[in-house]
Amino acid sequence: MDFSWINGFAGELLHGFVVTLKLLGLSGALGFVLAILVGLGRMSPNPLISGPLRFYISVFRGTPLLVQIYILYYGVGSLFASYPPIRGSFLWPYLRDGFWYVALALTLCVGAYVGEVLRGGLRAVPRGELEAARAYGMRRWLVLRRVWLPRALELVRPTLVGEGVLLLKATALASTVAVTDLLGAANLVRAQTLRVYEPLLAVAVVYIVLAFAIEHGCARLGKVPQRQA
Amino acid sequence: MISLSDISRLFVADGWLAALAQGALVSLEISAGAFVLGLGIGLLVALIKLRGPRWLARLANAYTTLYRAVPELLLILLLYYAGTDLLNMAMAAIDRPSVTVNGFVAAVLVLGIVQGAYSAEIIRGAIQAIPFGQIEAAQSFGIERWLLVRRILLPSMLPFAMAGLSNLWLVLVKDSALISIVGYSELLSVGKQAAGSTKHYLVFYLAVAAFYFVITLVSGSLFRLLERRTHRWLPQH
Repeated sequence: MDFSWINGFAGELLHGFVVTLKLLGLSGALGFVLAILVGLGRMSPNPLISGPLRFYISVFRGTPLLVQIYILYYGVGSLFASYPPIRGSFLWPYLRDGFWYVALALTLCVGAYVGEVLRGGLRAVPRGELEAARAYGMRRWLVLRRVWLPRALELVRPTLVGEGVLLLKATALASTVAVTDLLGAANLVRAQTLRVYEPLLAVAVVYIVLAFAIEHGCARLGKVPQRQA
Repeated sequence: MISLSDISRLFVADGWLAALAQGALVSLEISAGAFVLGLGIGLLVALIKLRGPRWLARLANAYTTLYRAVPELLLILLLYYAGTDLLNMAMAAIDRPSVTVNGFVAAVLVLGIVQGAYSAEIIRGAIQAIPFGQIEAAQSFGIERWLLVRRILLPSMLPFAMAGLSNLWLVLVKDSALISIVGYSELLSVGKQAAGSTKHYLVFYLAVAAFYFVITLVSGSLFRLLERRTHRWLPQH
């Protein structure tokens, strides 16, 4: 075991770390907003809204994220590349970069997985609380903002923390489409120094630290009583 | 744009549909093998966590915590290279020529070890959900240790574990796609080959996604049937 290469590749590793955090933050935040819309839409009595959302959720939860990333990056990306007007446009630098495809795939995935979690939470809020809020004269939007959503989020918080860790681990797939995230940086070091384990072990430690930070950072927001067996 | 006749030529006449189906079969075999291995590891680790000596339980805790905090892709890369290396070092130590690891066995081992960490937590939770009176009752009949595990613990934890295990199977089927990174030819690798040689990336990756979707839909409903069966002794709400 020799970690003397770390100094030489500190810049790459740091850059990879930042890319991983960016992916995590961007797709986490956008995906969460999407998930709220999806969760609410799934509760809609209108089958034209809840039906397609149901299909969206089952497709994204039923296929591997890696395949979704390939579909977007290689499939849709190759379509873009074959249209000269798109190649010439100001969007092309973004459309060429794997980062945005991965961010989109992760966002859609978070929307599906967390949307389903939120639906459970929204359904679990006792009806009486919502009726009480309505009885105080709150409008539907205000009920949602002040009562329904906060209560639902509180109920599903442990699951949401778990989804956060899953998202962190999912960002590692970005390295498969030539994005130098943390794992991508490790692969770069592997290719250039011909060391197999040390770079992988080093970034594994970083992932573990990040996972613990997510878990314990969120646990501090408020304690949920654990059922003792 | 690609026309319908193009698609049918690609899939039927050029034989990619059969190749993809073959790949799907390999993916299922890998997943099934890893699931069984993961269940074995999970059961052992869960029992160690609940009853084992303290140092072993600490080790088990470290295994389940660390393996669930590191991306599967990274673990697969690490285990795949490390496993092959260790094996060859062992072969060198006993003066044997180095071997190439069978890709299938490596895939099953790697995914099984990762899955073991998850199933250990599910099984541990399910065992703890068994009403303690049942275990006490068995003990008061003078049941022997392994008979207790076999006749009481395993059958009565099953309904509590079913939902988690079916979820785990679905996760496993999807994780098996990661094996394509280390180059064993399962469903996604075949899709990659097809997409690369025909340049129809979108068509073939969508086809691969459809295969995975069908697998998860069908196995999801099979698990629901199984769940109903294991739940038949539980009090109905």
